[in-house]
Amino acid sequence: MLSAILTAEKGYGAPFGSFLGTLSTPSPHRLSSTIVREDEHLLVAAARAGDTAAFEELVNRYEGKIFRLTRNITGNHEDAEDAMQDAFLKAYAHLQDFHGDSRFYTWLVRIAANEALMRLRKRRPNQFSLDEQIEGDTDFFPRELEDWGPTPEQKYTQTEMQNIVGDVIDSLEPEYRIVFLLRDFEELSTQETAETLGISVPAIKSRLLRARLKLREKLNRHFRQGAPN
Amino acid sequence: MNCKGVIRELSNYIDGELDAVVKQELEHHLAHCEDCTMIVDQTKKTIEILCDSQPVSLSTDVRSRLHETLREKTGQKPT
Repeated sequence: MLSAILTAEKGYGAPFGSFLGTLSTPSPHRLSSTIVREDEHLLVAAARAGDTAAFEELVNRYEGKIFRLTRNITGNHEDAEDAMQDAFLKAYAHLQDFHGDSRFYTWLVRIAANEALMRLRKRRPNQFSLDEQIEGDTDFFPRELEDWGPTPEQKYTQTEMQNIVGDVIDSLEPEYRIVFLLRDFEELSTQETAETLGISVPAIKSRLLRARLKLREKLNRHFRQGAPN
Repeated sequence: MNCKGVIRELSNYIDGELDAVVKQELEHHLAHCEDCTMIVDQTKKTIEILCDSQPVSLSTDVRSRLHETLREKTGQKPT
């Protein structure tokens, strides 16, 4: 799977700007999001030509986002760190296979997702499968329907909300969580997500629908009017 | 379209991937169904809230280990 990702990247066009807009890396050379978008290809070209400092700048930019992804997939700090490190190393080793047909970050996300998934499978053998038969969409009708009010997140402090978000994502089953993370969080397209995980587009769509509905129900327990906070 | 149809098309609707006729049918249903409207609105809000988190700031230790390993493997001299 990884070799396919490293070498086949045509046709990727996932939205990207919104995440760059929130970029928050600890790099001393932090640049504005517009400049980040515009000069990424220059950094990649320099890195491909052997400029290790250019590659390190790319790492500076994306390490926080890649670590967040590997942490969200594995649910484990140690595995997340290893997956992030190996993802950057593999990206560096295979830079010559990246031809710029997709965004560099999308390519990196796909490598990191597979590194994280591999570690999750090792830690939880036989506990989940991306290949299992998908259920029908219509047999999952939301049960808990309660008003949240216009701004439910304001019930909680920023720290409380961060904890709720982390708990809610962690509590989702891996086969749904990883699809949600790649599609909604990282904004990969359905096709890119399907190629990354090696499952069909209909399976991705089905898992994403279920993931979103399950997450809504989990948040409902916090946001419904009268819920304790 | 009935309530089950709305749920079936929910992701496609949120992602703007419905064709015009189906979208019109779905929105016609929403205009008369408070429950489905609530589900659609809350699912959109769920995505918005869960995807609003900032990138993680790596701890100094984690960041040092990452960059040391990269420099070692890529042959770059420490800066």
